[in-house]
Amino acid sequence: MGDFRMPSLGADMDHGKMIEWLVKPGDYVHRGDVVAVVDTDKTVMDIESFEEGVVAELLVDIGATVPIGTPLARITATPDDGSPAAERPAGTPAPAGRAAGGVAPAPPAAAAAERRAPALGQAPADGGARAGEAPAEHPGAVSPPVRHLAHVLGVDPATVRGTGRHGAVTRFDVERAAVPAAAARPAGVDAGEPGRVRSSPRARRLAAERGLDLASLTGTGPGGAVREEDVLQAVAAAPVAPPPPEAALPLDAAGAEAQAKTPEPESVQAPEARQREASLRRAVGALMSKSKRTIPHYYLSSTVDMAAAMVWMQSVNLQRPVSSRLVASALLLKAAALAAKSVPEVNGFYVDDEFRPSPSVHLGVAVALRKGGIVAPAIHDADTLSVDELMERLRDLVARARAGRLQRAEMADPTITVTNLGDLGVDSVFGVIYPPQVAMVGLGRVMEQPWAHNGMLGIRPVVTATLSADHRVSDGLRGARFLARLDELLQKPEEL
Amino acid sequence: MNGHDAREAVHRAINQVAPDVEPADLEAEARLRQDLELDSLDFLRLVETIDTSTGVNIPERDYPQVSTVGGLIAYLTAHG
Repeated sequence: MGDFRMPSLGADMDHGKMIEWLVKPGDYVHRGDVVAVVDTDKTVMDIESFEEGVVAELLVDIGATVPIGTPLARITATPDDGSPAAERPAGTPAPAGRAAGGVAPAPPAAAAAERRAPALGQAPADGGARAGEAPAEHPGAVSPPVRHLAHVLGVDPATVRGTGRHGAVTRFDVERAAVPAAAARPAGVDAGEPGRVRSSPRARRLAAERGLDLASLTGTGPGGAVREEDVLQAVAAAPVAPPPPEAALPLDAAGAEAQAKTPEPESVQAPEARQREASLRRAVGALMSKSKRTIPHYYLSSTVDMAAAMVWMQSVNLQRPVSSRLVASALLLKAAALAAKSVPEVNGFYVDDEFRPSPSVHLGVAVALRKGGIVAPAIHDADTLSVDELMERLRDLVARARAGRLQRAEMADPTITVTNLGDLGVDSVFGVIYPPQVAMVGLGRVMEQPWAHNGMLGIRPVVTATLSADHRVSDGLRGARFLARLDELLQKPEEL
Repeated sequence: MNGHDAREAVHRAINQVAPDVEPADLEAEARLRQDLELDSLDFLRLVETIDTSTGVNIPERDYPQVSTVGGLIAYLTAHG
């Protein structure tokens, strides 16, 4: 079939370090199976295979750092084994999926999305690494996050009947399929892959940090998968290495990681940390230079009255437990996603001297990392999510970004990025566009300002929203339309 | 809740939300946003962590009172 290559996990990545192989020669891999764990300078990510076949040879050793595009493993084709996955090659419409798509009520936007669907597959194709990726909206298609979920839950997505738009397999479909799948498999045994202990990436990392053998642990996850909690429990139970006093407390991943690292003498870690930092700065510098060199930016700014949005949010939050409260960012991001949907010139990629608008809005959210640097993973289809869903994704994404545990698909494909630096105090921010994207939205701090309205002066919470956009694709008039739409949307928060 | 327990709970919650913050930085005057660089999501997680660990639910209208480490400890002492 071909080589499995080091993928590009963001426009500023030029190399990656092989941390772990999850397959060995002779293993059968499906498209979408997580086969390796790679460390970029910013985060550790699970990498899925774009190929289906048998692993013939691993070409890169653990610990090796290689440029993107470097072949990592050779995957060879096998005769059709009759499995459902093999019967349905990538992108081929599945009849069942089509039927399901016909039944599902199509939202007004769906027709437009379908017309433009072919553009999807071409999205940010830098190098051949992404060539095998299935277009997300084909019948029976499985988007990368759903594929990942399926992998985690031990479900073969090809066997799942899709109920999403055009028969696409949704998270719900996978979760529903996971229940019987998990019940059918004896705990702790992964029938398809003898010798491999099913485990979550967090659990693997934690186990490695604590020097535990995954095979020695009892998994309580789906299909007997070893979860983070299992590792933590084993750590707490282990008589060796006296745990610090707080070890019995429930810890989140970041806390556990910090604790695991504390005992390390600083002198050992410092040079590597410095090197990493320097490498990260170089990567950011290279990308931003490229952006400023190749993209003729123009900048617009607009101050938005946030009174309606804040009053609405506060009244909603008043009736909610802390765990489901909203923050202003969630409203702003939803409005930005909807505005991007209605102004296609700011949403997509500029590749090979032409603009390719994206029918979906994958909203990149710039997240400042505590150790320095910034990542901008995507919230997929942000325009279709409710504010609550978006809030949940945002919390999850930021937590994982900070803990260094993002997924490949999230890093690779934002169609427009939002930087929300205002959350840390600035009034306004004019971002630098991430190539090959064509726009960057900047959101300042929500602050009280004197505000004239209907001839009266009052004090209102306002936010300064900015747009940096690519002049090769749009002019100020269209850019202004984006900011105007953002403003309109925020005046009716209950409709977001 | 006494002052000692409140301080413990606040320090532990901040450590959970922002493990990189040094304990030495947790002075009473330290501002959560500006000095400890917690963003709105971090802050929400902090409020949630405290709610879970101490049972004190800080409503949004009281957020201004808990914008510093000292303010947060005082709030827990008064309400816990």
